[in-house]
Amino acid sequence: MAMLHTVNKSVFERSTLDSCISMAKAGSSILLIEDGVVSAIAGTAAADRISKAMENISFYVLGPDLRARGMSEDRVIDGIKVVDYEGYVDLTTEHDNIQSWL
Amino acid sequence: MADVKKFMYVNRKAPYGTIYALESLEVVLIGAAFDQDVSLAFVDDGVYQLTKDQDTTGVGIKNFSKTYSALGDYEVSKIYVDQESLDERGLTLDDLQHLVWEDEDDDWAEKDSIRVLSRAEMADLFEEQDVVLSF
Repeated sequence: MAMLHTVNKSVFERSTLDSCISMAKAGSSILLIEDGVVSAIAGTAAADRISKAMENISFYVLGPDLRARGMSEDRVIDGIKVVDYEGYVDLTTEHDNIQSWL
Repeated sequence: MADVKKFMYVNRKAPYGTIYALESLEVVLIGAAFDQDVSLAFVDDGVYQLTKDQDTTGVGIKNFSKTYSALGDYEVSKIYVDQESLDERGLTLDDLQHLVWEDEDDDWAEKDSIRVLSRAEMADLFEEQDVVLSF
């Protein structure tokens, strides 16, 4: 059973993403939204941690939220897929259930 | 002028995810009418407030980032950014808007508003303040 986790908090400000990563099962997905999108940027203090988690979890980031914060798609860590709102909806339908981390 | 106090607004949150960034900016602009010694600090995720090329068309929220460039006209010319916060986020000064003010004591020369400080310098600056407002 594959779960979709959404995380809307910055990895630099809250421990939410780290908790999510520690409890997300292999084969599940994490979608970064709202302030959570800054966690997807390459070359940050958190990037290595996220790259490691990507070995068995699929990562996605919401493009409109990235662009609102002045971050272009080319700054995202390699392997994290940028999705729009339609992609967000697709992810919700493709997974068995959703956990919205707040 | 009598009773001029040193006010510092400390911004620590990314824009749009919460209302803090916009609220801070509004308070700064309102407060600018009171002829106080104002400075702004951008620390932690607050540095994302100053990124250039913000595009909010996809999220349906008003892009208020252009307003930071008006701060100079309100005589808010001291904008401090924490170097360590930039480094931690893979950002450089080039990722931020170029904010300027005009110095009336120097033939209205256009000068940079943003100064990048170390944590230690930022800490010293906090200590100098009469009033610190945190957002």
